[in-house]
Amino acid sequence: MTTRLIYFAWVRERIGMPEENVELPAGIETVADLLRWLQSRGEGYQHALQYPDVIRVAINQEHVDHREKISGAREIALFPPMTGG
Amino acid sequence: MSAIPVPTVRIQRQDFDVAAEIAGLTQGRADIGAVVTFSGLCRDEQGALSALELEHYPGMAEAEIGRIATEAAERWPLQGLTVIHRHGKIAPGDNIVLVVAASAHRQAAFEAANFLMDYLKSRAPFWKKEHRTDGSEGGWVEAKETDAQAARRWKSPSE
Repeated sequence: MTTRLIYFAWVRERIGMPEENVELPAGIETVADLLRWLQSRGEGYQHALQYPDVIRVAINQEHVDHREKISGAREIALFPPMTGG
Repeated sequence: MSAIPVPTVRIQRQDFDVAAEIAGLTQGRADIGAVVTFSGLCRDEQGALSALELEHYPGMAEAEIGRIATEAAERWPLQGLTVIHRHGKIAPGDNIVLVVAASAHRQAAFEAANFLMDYLKSRAPFWKKEHRTDGSEGGWVEAKETDAQAARRWKSPSE
């Protein structure tokens, strides 16, 4: 299944693109697994995700924590802590 | 007991008119005794900022602020609630965010507006980048632990 990944702010800048569609390999079950797998995809990803604890994640436009299962997610967004308001 | 009002949430590039937004909630009704507004403006402390650029997550920004606003409307007896958040480049002194909370009595309106701003700061998907007067990028504004703490104080002990 194809999953749409969306990046914002410095996560987007470091990865070097605003979004992409990926085929997740078998065994990537949680948000934490996804972050580990993405880091293996190149320097930009490594730079963006080197401190995974600070990365915030939304699945289908709702906040989730890193233990959340990602099966069935259409859209997963990765971003830094928010600074609106 | 009146029905819970459906909050108005707008994410927009253009400026807003605070007086017009208040009138939009109060016009033609006599049951509102208190309106609290909070406006957040782009601030420049050192004279070095030319603009803040607000990036947002379209779709989720509306949805998340809608969820926060609905929670406020369920928690306090409000007669109306409007939340507007701007995106794009915003110059020092210009508006960024507006909360208008209307209620029969002031305490609910004050508290709901306060709650909304604390939650917006830590949960609404917006990110601020600084642009400096010398033409350089000042980098992304860092999230403050004090804002996260401010949001946590609204949680009940069971959460």
